[in-house]
Amino acid sequence: MRRGWVLGVLGLIGVAAVTVLLLALLTNIFERKQEARQAFVRLVDVTEDTMDPKVWGQNWPLQYDSYLRTALPTTTKYGGRGAGASDGGPAEQKLDRDPWLKRIFAGYAFSIDYRDRRGHAYALFDQEQTRRVTEKQQPGACLQCHASNLALYRFAGKGDVRKGFELVSGMPYREAREMKDDHGQPLVQHPVACVDCHEPKTMAVRVTRPGFIAGIKAFKAKQGMADYDPNRDATRQEMRSFVCGQCHVEYYFKGPGKVVTYPWANGLKVEEIEAYYEREGFTDWVHAETGTKLLKAQHPEFEVWSQGVHARAGVACADCHMPYQRVGALKVSDHWVRSPLLNLNRACQTCHAVPEKELEARVLSIQDRHHALLQRAAKATTDMLDAMVAAKKEGASEATLQAAAAQHRKAEWRLDFVAAENSMGFHAPQELARILGEVIDHARQGQLEAERALRRR
Amino acid sequence: MADAPRAVRNRSVARGTLAVFFACLLGIPAGIGAFTFVYAKGFSYLSTDPRACVNCHVMNAQYDAWRMSGHRHTATCVECHLPHAGLAKWIAKADHGFRHSAAFTLQNFKEPIEMTPKDREIVGVNCVRCHEGLVHDVAVAPGPGRKGAALECMHCHAGAGHGAGG
Repeated sequence: MRRGWVLGVLGLIGVAAVTVLLLALLTNIFERKQEARQAFVRLVDVTEDTMDPKVWGQNWPLQYDSYLRTALPTTTKYGGRGAGASDGGPAEQKLDRDPWLKRIFAGYAFSIDYRDRRGHAYALFDQEQTRRVTEKQQPGACLQCHASNLALYRFAGKGDVRKGFELVSGMPYREAREMKDDHGQPLVQHPVACVDCHEPKTMAVRVTRPGFIAGIKAFKAKQGMADYDPNRDATRQEMRSFVCGQCHVEYYFKGPGKVVTYPWANGLKVEEIEAYYEREGFTDWVHAETGTKLLKAQHPEFEVWSQGVHARAGVACADCHMPYQRVGALKVSDHWVRSPLLNLNRACQTCHAVPEKELEARVLSIQDRHHALLQRAAKATTDMLDAMVAAKKEGASEATLQAAAAQHRKAEWRLDFVAAENSMGFHAPQELARILGEVIDHARQGQLEAERALRRR
Repeated sequence: MADAPRAVRNRSVARGTLAVFFACLLGIPAGIGAFTFVYAKGFSYLSTDPRACVNCHVMNAQYDAWRMSGHRHTATCVECHLPHAGLAKWIAKADHGFRHSAAFTLQNFKEPIEMTPKDREIVGVNCVRCHEGLVHDVAVAPGPGRKGAALECMHCHAGAGHGAGG
């Protein structure tokens, strides 16, 4: 009898456990089915005026969660080093890592402070912290990429974004940064946010940066496409690169109005952009050691990627930097924009059925070779600077040093174009090696010209 | 019954209660189980319908790619991914079913999803099953009794059955 009770109780527990598991499974299946049915629920209405990503986050919590992670520190072999990339402090000073940067930028704000990158979350904060902005007068133009700025542009342009953009570009940085609307509310509060890349009604990917819209129009016109409007004419896959190309590009501040302009009317290659600047007669600054009028390149990721094999294969920025991830039964684009090296399985293995270790080794071998060539090109450039400084010191005239200066301009433009590009060679290895080859050639020619000038003195 | 002795009556009442108790004890989980099975489209897994493979949406990409491939006219999922017939087919089916549903429920699998070596072998055998006339003097696929000597079809035809590979 007693044994019967024990068996009965054990049986009861067993059956109860089975029931619990069955119900858990049932609920799990139910949840997955619900997930698959509805990709998102519009809890709040978002419009063009919803600048705060937190509000968007109520409707798209998965994307918002990953977007918030851009505040986390990430480090790869060549990128994001330093305590940086977290609230622990700013990222590593590139000027300390590569002292030649200080020399090639002599006389320019980049010789004061030039740090490694942090995530999107810090785009606005870091800009306000850099000594390039705190110690030098900078224009409101900088906000085109560092802030979520549509409200600002609409307000300044009385509804016309392009007009507002032009007005704000010419303002002093602080004035633009602290602009308030009619109710005294600050207009600039967030770094890159949802509304900058998404149409609030349909969530379609779109571009909003006026500088990009004008730049890509000029580039397409060169290719024979008149009146190109990316929001109307681009495919969805193209848009998945264009959104990034809104900011990760070469640009300059045109004229006294400091209008952010993308120098693409001639094409996207390094010499096509150079030719554009030569035609415009543009100069960023005068080198403090040699007196040469120079060009500064800014992170031309979009241009360099365009020359690479991935672009040719139709792979967009977002495919590797914001790969799809599966969350439950949902497919979500990862908004934690970061190096694909930190996410090899999703970023690479979707196309390359190769073990992760092998993929990583392949990327690092490209980057190591690129880094070595970059250092060699930098050495050639500083050797040229030494020769020019020595010639000047020994009394070589400016006229005799002109040939050296011409080589200096070409060498530095190319060296900076490669060094400022954030992929350590990966976006287009062969193209970047070609450019670095030219750097070495121009720098050594410049060195020879300087020595020739010294002898002719 | 009224004339029955008290003890007998008690015993039969106790027996009846026990029967109801056991009926509930087993019947409720059985009912929940049956409902869960149907709700989760359990019967679809006994069929050869490719749509069963995207019930949980994890294989949407593979399914979509298959629908764009040349194989869609001639081979469904199970024709490549399960042994052709017999007990082996049902063992593989049960093995896949268990592993896939456990992985999806626990959400603890590596992505992108990968085929196991055992399953690659199954596909290799199925390649040859259909294409034997073409490849019999070119390649020997891995399979029972053919291990080691293998030229693996998928090593080169990695996309076969899924999109660009035909």
